[in-house]
Amino acid sequence: MLLPNPQDLIGLMHNHIIKEIDDDTCLIGIPSGGEIILEELKKKIGNTINYGLIDTSYYRDDLDISGVSVKEKTTSIDFNINGKKVILIDDVFYTGRTVRAAINELFDFGRPKKISLYVLIDRQENELPIKPDFSAHKTNEIKSEYIDLIKNKKELRFKIRPLSE
Amino acid sequence: MNNSPSKKIINLQHLLEIEGLSKDLIIKVFDMAETFLKTSQRDVRNVPILRGKTVCNLFFENSTRTRTTFEIAAKRLSADVINLDISSSSQSKGESIIDMVNNLIAMSADIFVIRHSKPGIPKFIADNIDKSVHVINAGDGNNAHPTQGLLDAFTIRKYKKKFTKLKVAIVGDILHSRVARSEIQALSILGVPEIRLVGPEELIPKDIGGIKVKPYFTMEEGLKDVDVIMMLRLQKERMDGGIPTKEEYFKNFGLNKKLVKIAKKDAIIMHPGPINRGVEIESEVADSKQSVILSQVTYGIAIRMAIMTMLIGKNISN
Repeated sequence: MLLPNPQDLIGLMHNHIIKEIDDDTCLIGIPSGGEIILEELKKKIGNTINYGLIDTSYYRDDLDISGVSVKEKTTSIDFNINGKKVILIDDVFYTGRTVRAAINELFDFGRPKKISLYVLIDRQENELPIKPDFSAHKTNEIKSEYIDLIKNKKELRFKIRPLSE
Repeated sequence: MNNSPSKKIINLQHLLEIEGLSKDLIIKVFDMAETFLKTSQRDVRNVPILRGKTVCNLFFENSTRTRTTFEIAAKRLSADVINLDISSSSQSKGESIIDMVNNLIAMSADIFVIRHSKPGIPKFIADNIDKSVHVINAGDGNNAHPTQGLLDAFTIRKYKKKFTKLKVAIVGDILHSRVARSEIQALSILGVPEIRLVGPEELIPKDIGGIKVKPYFTMEEGLKDVDVIMMLRLQKERMDGGIPTKEEYFKNFGLNKKLVKIAKKDAIIMHPGPINRGVEIESEVADSKQSVILSQVTYGIAIRMAIMTMLIGKNISN
């Protein structure tokens, strides 16, 4: 199945996000896909707002099954999120479990005024009562595979790999 | 999203000694400890990794620092912590150690942190209990103190970065020191090319499990141009006779300002604590800029959090 060009989807996300941004907004990406998107958005938006990363490894609900991985990019939120509007950014929304973990972790940094979720692709298979506030593309055609946004020499593309990996 | 395609699985059931651990695993522990140093700086320092799990501190030998840092580490991981006061427990009523541990497992203990004056007790317990339970050796006689060895090596990495270019001097009573044994093993696995053992001849062992070390019997020779000075405590409780007097020991092997100058300019000074000021180390040196003794304590929490996380997680993938 052919997925849209990620840059086009990021463009759509940007058009939507700039309407939401004010002085109290911060963008927090979920690595690794969310970080790639954040880098692109940063080029368009500039450094007028705060950017951070949230790695959910320690907040996941499947530690007994999958163990804990140490990522190269770990959580980095070097600003106060109390009373802020946090926009979480991820590449693909699938079950909702990663977002659940990210929200839990965010509350260990403070109490944001609002948290919303922006993704490039919504797979529409959420297992929790969590849904993105914005998705640039919706699909439920890919069933037994993961979709990841990857960056290869400045070029962005979606990679599809089996769930067993 | 998570999980990269090249998944590497390393399982850790117990942490009984450093010997046998791979370099990869030790580096993984350090990388994980780095992330816990970050979470420890947040408003909420806890992470939910061990939520619903129980960590049981079984200290058959006195300890303040190690027990406290294990307790803080477990609590920062959201575990329930039980500290057993052995002197008032059923041990004094004649119950065997395995019976005692099995009773605690029946009460749902998941990780045991064990310190004992007899070498091999943590391993004995690990060998004789249910496989779903994990044991961390928090010091057994003069055998091993693996978390201390790891946190000391981690401290060195924080200040020195490259292990493969270092000269490290371990000073004092090496013979009776489980800390020294674990430090030597960790540094050897990490590729430190020159490990010097400095102390009175009678307190330097002839062999450290085949690891290449250089013995020195004077501070002047042993500290020359080293990058790291690791002091040890004089283990009076583990010596039988032949103990040098405090004054005599300090005169020959106590670290003072003058001796520090023999080492490299940017050498760091370490001590596993508790420090005996005026016995192994001059007060002014212990409090100097080169001293990283208090950082060792802070890093010890992060290292113990990483170890407990690795024991509970099914595997570590990268």
